[in-house]
Amino acid sequence: MGKFKYTPENEEKFQITAKKYPKIDSMMLPALWLVQEQEGWVSPDAMIYVAEKLGKSPIQVYEFATFYTMFNLKPIGTYHIELCKTLSCMIMGAPELKKFIKETLGIEPGQTTPDGKFHLSEVECQGACGGAPMIALNHQYHENLTVEKLDKIIKECK
Amino acid sequence: MGANEMIVKIVSKNFDIPNSHKLEVALKHGRYESIDKAFSMTPNEITEEVCKSGLRGKGGGGAHCGPKWKLMPPVDERPRYLIVNGDESEPGTFKDRQIFQYDPHLLIEGIICSSYAIGAHDAYIYIRGEYKWFIDRLNVAIDEAYAAGIIGPKVMNKYDYRIDITVHRGGGAYICGEKSALIESVEGKRGHPRLKPHGKECEWFYDMPATVNNVETISSVPNIVLNGYESYTKYGTEKAPGTMLFAMSGPVKNPGVYELQYGCKMIDVINEIGGGMKDGLKLKAVIPGGASCPILTAQEVENAYLDYESMWDIGSTLGTGGMMIIPEGVSMVDVAKNLIEFYHHESCGQCTPCREGTGWIDKILKKILEGNGSQEDLTTILDVCETMNGKTVCVFAPAVKDIIKSIVEKYKDEFIAEFNK
Repeated sequence: MGKFKYTPENEEKFQITAKKYPKIDSMMLPALWLVQEQEGWVSPDAMIYVAEKLGKSPIQVYEFATFYTMFNLKPIGTYHIELCKTLSCMIMGAPELKKFIKETLGIEPGQTTPDGKFHLSEVECQGACGGAPMIALNHQYHENLTVEKLDKIIKECK
Repeated sequence: MGANEMIVKIVSKNFDIPNSHKLEVALKHGRYESIDKAFSMTPNEITEEVCKSGLRGKGGGGAHCGPKWKLMPPVDERPRYLIVNGDESEPGTFKDRQIFQYDPHLLIEGIICSSYAIGAHDAYIYIRGEYKWFIDRLNVAIDEAYAAGIIGPKVMNKYDYRIDITVHRGGGAYICGEKSALIESVEGKRGHPRLKPHGKECEWFYDMPATVNNVETISSVPNIVLNGYESYTKYGTEKAPGTMLFAMSGPVKNPGVYELQYGCKMIDVINEIGGGMKDGLKLKAVIPGGASCPILTAQEVENAYLDYESMWDIGSTLGTGGMMIIPEGVSMVDVAKNLIEFYHHESCGQCTPCREGTGWIDKILKKILEGNGSQEDLTTILDVCETMNGKTVCVFAPAVKDIIKSIVEKYKDEFIAEFNK
């Protein structure tokens, strides 16, 4: 058993949620989401913890976690910028936003700023095409963006 | 047809009402009115009503909803499940989120009617992980419904029928919108689509009977139950009755989601409802219903009508109704590259033709964009498309073939022009 452990609140959430499914196997996604909400990422340690809770082998949790791209398998910055790159966003100006982030924060997709504040991911369609271009900042959608609006959003990140 | 005739608000009726997502407001505007009617009917009567309404699946396939419900085996001691598909990951599609945001109680009402019709007591709503905000919004509505006794051990505090609803948050895998991959995902596995059965049958969740329906499909049920199938069939076309939430994105003046009756003329929708192209841009092409539908040239758009059969007639599909508008000035090679990157990223990797084919086309298009392409590369792309078509477990690879082949064939000159740049 490693160092990771749910907080008492998350342990309670886990137990309540588990009762809603016919089998504990269904807790794979909810259990990993609780881990990520608690730690910001899913560490190998946490995967072992989840495996034990669900009666799985650690490799099964690893196999699962590596399929679902939203799970961060490495620590990321405080602010996670997910920039949509798919067609409507591409047409409406996502490349300019990407360029702006590179110029102001100095990071490209997959990189974190040296102070650990920002992490940029270039992601596929987020279902906000009517408000293209868009980013999600720690899962909060910001739509109909311009470079100016993005600049403001970044500056507001403390 | 003018905008007033095209727009028919059934599912989106309450979207513009302030605080329509709150139970108190929802109750004042007709939510849960269909429940008394539903429980005065037998489950079979509801299914028959839905069959007569011609309600079709709004998630992309357009399969008939009523006949799908009939695939459930007769009620026995086994648990049965309703699984609602809110994965909504098809590029260009952003309609179900409107229901989560503006009328989550309509979805809950639809789940009650539909669960009762198919004999299910547990419903799971699978929602893409990126929709965290919308999931939270829906969960608040579900909590309200539990607290008010609308769902739980009894329906509406009086009908002796247990209904429990659970939201299952996805993890960012497009393929989980495929119904069997979705179930695999809820069962705690990678989202790999299952082999299709030889005959028509229901889905299976932990080997128990289950039905998978799209969020908008389920949200269309309360009106049909309350007002009868004629209230639905009076709109749309003979084969595609009723309405659908159509989405428009790209450089039109008013992008967004609009509930239209089936059969509207696409160009009228773009011009009269979308407000036409903005900034003096010219329409070049439309991908009609999410990325997985063959592209239509501006000329083809002139003769396109928004229903399943009309779209098939012109060699495309209606899909999710999410129209992506492409203006003149955008390179179709860039469009193809953008979309193949999406598919390459999202292929679940289970079948070789899809896993390798998407990556192969991605590499070839990169080469073409770098100015190193040749006629042979275009032939290879079309060959790979054929290798992907009909040789995989699910329809992901055939969809890739549909969109890539249509772009390469309709805009061949643009690819050739890249060869010597």
